[in-house]
Amino acid sequence: MSQFVYFYRGWTRPESPAEMQQQVQKWSAWFKTLADAGHLADRGFPLERGGKVVAGKTKSVTDGPFAEAKDIVGGYSIVDAKDIAHAIELAKGCPNLERGGAVEVRPLLTMTS
Amino acid sequence: MDPVDALVDDLFRRESGRLVSILVRIFGANNLALAEDVVQDVLCRALEVWKFRGVPDNPSAWLVTAAKNRAIDAMRRAKKAKTYALGVAAESEIPPDVEELFHPAAIRDDQLRMMYSCCHPKLNEDVQVALILNILCGFSALEIASAFLIGIASVEKRLARGKKMLAASRQLLDLKSDDVGARLPAVQRALYLLFNEGYHGANATAAVRGDLCREAIHLVSLLLEHPRARKGPTYGLAALMCLHAARLPARMDGSGRFIPMELQNRATWDMELVARGFVFLEQSARSWELADYQIEAAIAAAHASAQSVEGTDWDTIVTLYDSLLAVRPSAIVALNRAIAVGQKAGPERGLEEILSISDSDILQIYPFYWATLGEFALRSGKRGEAKHSFRKARELARNPFERDHYAARIAACSGVG
Repeated sequence: MSQFVYFYRGWTRPESPAEMQQQVQKWSAWFKTLADAGHLADRGFPLERGGKVVAGKTKSVTDGPFAEAKDIVGGYSIVDAKDIAHAIELAKGCPNLERGGAVEVRPLLTMTS
Repeated sequence: MDPVDALVDDLFRRESGRLVSILVRIFGANNLALAEDVVQDVLCRALEVWKFRGVPDNPSAWLVTAAKNRAIDAMRRAKKAKTYALGVAAESEIPPDVEELFHPAAIRDDQLRMMYSCCHPKLNEDVQVALILNILCGFSALEIASAFLIGIASVEKRLARGKKMLAASRQLLDLKSDDVGARLPAVQRALYLLFNEGYHGANATAAVRGDLCREAIHLVSLLLEHPRARKGPTYGLAALMCLHAARLPARMDGSGRFIPMELQNRATWDMELVARGFVFLEQSARSWELADYQIEAAIAAAHASAQSVEGTDWDTIVTLYDSLLAVRPSAIVALNRAIAVGQKAGPERGLEEILSISDSDILQIYPFYWATLGEFALRSGKRGEAKHSFRKARELARNPFERDHYAARIAACSGVG
């Protein structure tokens, strides 16, 4: 087993309260599928759309990151999977994809990988 | 327990209506758009957090707290920057009793005020219904358009007209004002239309129609929490909604196909709703104020207490239709009466009654008019006539399922089905 981080990218405003409710239900169902199969190491958290960037030796602080709507990271989770192919398969069930978003699958770097 | 279990049906929609109503009270009706933005924002945040962390045990309380904090923020900002769009709140301090504004009873009153305010006498009924669905029930313009099978542009026009009128009033109607009593019939009428769109409407999707019926029942229950609205007609309206909606599952199959009365499976009726309907009907009868809603409810009750089509008390139903025609003369009511006569006294008598309906012009474009003529003609053995009528019905059908149904009836006239 290896661990992978899913970064959920892309953000579109839901059209209506009914659609929001559907989304909560879809995400809950998806997390439940992952958890029941023992793949969910950490549900993770949603992220605010903006924040601050502290950079360089001068420790300058700027607003950001300014990503395009489709690139905004809206949250992350950590999953256990056999290998990257397996992690990709699991990511294909993510409701974020249905709305034109993306899941970035990144293996945790360890000595054994 | 799965956290999503805490998410009751329509939670986001219902909360949207509750929160917009309360924020409009705080910000003023002229700031309806601001209230809607704040609510949208609160709901979006809930969506994100709940997606990951699960739904809290009491999601409504969570949302109310979030809305309260946002409202206080908005008011603080308004105080700092006088240029802010807040007309009413900007001049005043943050009310010291902000907690009280979010008390459940206050929120209920705010929704009632919103309901009465949406039924402004200068607004057309279709605008009133659209406003109620949008503001109080959280339907988007697109959802309203698809529920009513009308263009989104016309829904947007209705909403814009209605919201302009609301904004012009600056504050929602006071529940103690005389206007409230005067507007009650308009509110009842709007809820009646909303329900009918779900029950008889053209939309072929069973789920959409069930949604509309459920919203109407939710709103009429809310209306009954207002002492000044607890009158015979309101109870009658609630009774007719429950007694009709209880039978909705038998009227349509899962894909929205209409099932003729003879083939409806009465075991699928929602008996809890039937029981609620009878309680409301009894309460409506205690009032001396009689309206067409009570009569319609009594007709629905006669259907709901029958075990089968043959076992239905058609005598009573015909008599009730006579009373209904007296208070609300209409060709559609006359057609329904004729159907009851046909059930009671045979298809020939039914045909006679239909053909004797005066001002039947409006019926000519009504698919059920032709379908009824067809059914009675077929039962009288007049196959040619029946076929002609069913063809007319098929031409006028409002959705593919109705078309299919009439096509099957045409086939039945040739002795196939």
